[in-house]
Amino acid sequence: MSQLDADARTVEARHDLAHVPLAPPSRTSGVLEVFRRRYLLRLLVRREIRARYAGTAFGLLWSYINPFTRFLTFYAVFGLLLGRGLGIQNFAIHLFAGMVLVTYFTESVTAGTRSLLSNKGVIAKMAMPREMFPVASMLVSLWHAVPQLIILVLACVATGLFGGGPIWVPDAVGMGAALLGFLLIMIYGTAFGLMFSCVNVIFRDFQRIVQTFINMVPFTAPMMYPYWISYDRFPRFWHELYLANPVAEAVQLIQRGFWYPTCDGPCAMMPNPNGDGSTIPAPEFADHLYTRGFIMLAVGVLMLLLGQYVFARLEKSIPERL
Amino acid sequence: MTTSIVVDNVTKSFRYQYHRTLKQVLTKKTDADASDRFRALDGVSFEVQQGESIGLMGLNGSGKSTLLKMVSGVMTPDEGQVLTRGRISGLIATGAGFHSELSGRDNIYMNAAMLGMTKEETDSKFDDIAGFADVGRQLDMPVGNYSSGQFARLGFAVAVHVDCDIFIADEVLAVGDRPFKRKCLKRMKEIRESGITMFYVSHSAASVKKMCDRAIVLDKGVVGFDGDVEGAIKYLHYDGDDDEPDAEESEVDERDEELANDI
Repeated sequence: MSQLDADARTVEARHDLAHVPLAPPSRTSGVLEVFRRRYLLRLLVRREIRARYAGTAFGLLWSYINPFTRFLTFYAVFGLLLGRGLGIQNFAIHLFAGMVLVTYFTESVTAGTRSLLSNKGVIAKMAMPREMFPVASMLVSLWHAVPQLIILVLACVATGLFGGGPIWVPDAVGMGAALLGFLLIMIYGTAFGLMFSCVNVIFRDFQRIVQTFINMVPFTAPMMYPYWISYDRFPRFWHELYLANPVAEAVQLIQRGFWYPTCDGPCAMMPNPNGDGSTIPAPEFADHLYTRGFIMLAVGVLMLLLGQYVFARLEKSIPERL
Repeated sequence: MTTSIVVDNVTKSFRYQYHRTLKQVLTKKTDADASDRFRALDGVSFEVQQGESIGLMGLNGSGKSTLLKMVSGVMTPDEGQVLTRGRISGLIATGAGFHSELSGRDNIYMNAAMLGMTKEETDSKFDDIAGFADVGRQLDMPVGNYSSGQFARLGFAVAVHVDCDIFIADEVLAVGDRPFKRKCLKRMKEIRESGITMFYVSHSAASVKKMCDRAIVLDKGVVGFDGDVEGAIKYLHYDGDDDEPDAEESEVDERDEELANDI
């Protein structure tokens, strides 16, 4: 039989309730509480992974079919049809490296936005830190990014072996850059997920608005086109604005880790500005790439705090609005 | 004696309609703000000592579930405060928060974790829980395909195996067949005797009489009566003195009485 019968003392004595403080039952410490209850978080993530494609024949394969077809589309249009003038070496890797992070970001935000509504059965009945749900969505998307990352590594190695360029050897700086890219997406994905999930409960149109804008994200990062185009064609202010996008920054960081070492000589070429039709080496990435990365990391942490603040403010009215 | 639950002047109001269309927002007159809200709970106050077992009664829509959600921490009050001591377990309506795509087994682990149990705790109690739910081989079937009775059994089985200090039971006997009801009542009696504070919601006067030593009656969001169970039943006219007793209702009552006597 259970503990209840095994222990003859009353609950009051056994749990030493005289020394347990009276507290509001709904009190939580926000996002930090999520990490205190890692076991529950793990179960939620596992459930989400299992349930996302429950009942489909292809199962988890669906999370690769979508990015893959998107990759083929972009590759065909930008690499084959328009690609001659872009001057990018190993364009497929340039594109795919970026897509790993862009897909991770868009998935985190869309799934995070829906996370509270799609768990309303649980939220209306159980007291638990509700930050769990957007955070779990972000981790599920991270889980889906892992196999894509493996494919990326394989592609880099294959390009080194069979292509004309050098053997792909990951360098410490490059791997650090890629890691920073992932970290940026994790933090911004969580921040937006937190904010959007509770806004979506109150204002149900929100997930459609997010969906509309999220379709633009892949085009805002230099992966289908080389970076130099943005500074070549945009005036200075707009170019800075373009670079203030954390996704664009993260994409350049992961390209620094994976695409850059595969190149033989200059990675990107641009037309000579004097107009004689020749090409000159172009900058692969924005200047101060790492400085920008760390500044954005700091801004991301602030965004996360803001997300937590918004969540804590709106959370109270969530159960009655579900 | 330690205080287990403090409910202090709690008020909670809801809106009649939360989601308006743009058309409704634009055509709405500005003075309607107060009239589109109603108070589900209005200045509710009481204290519960550890080990007490409270029957929460009241007609449909009197605010019982809202109050339970405050005590369990799902909702927060608009005004006033709710304080509790120790771990809370129980059911708010039957079936708790299950995920219909997951198997019964996974849902047991999930639900236990939500109630604050660790993996080791769940592992050690898993056989007890599965045995109590008694759904047989369907434990590995998605709970979406369960019958409503099986669904409720699983939820109840998890909730009663949490090593808690406060136990909340909302309409637990509404579904489930007679042997299961008997098992539930027996288990709740054990819970009560182990010194756990119990909050029991039921429309059945007989089972409240059997299970509880104090009753609180909610009447349109205010505490209408707080005291002994007999008085509460009188207050609600559930004893049938005033009204012509409905044949079916008294039959249910008799059955409950019988059940309560069984244990």
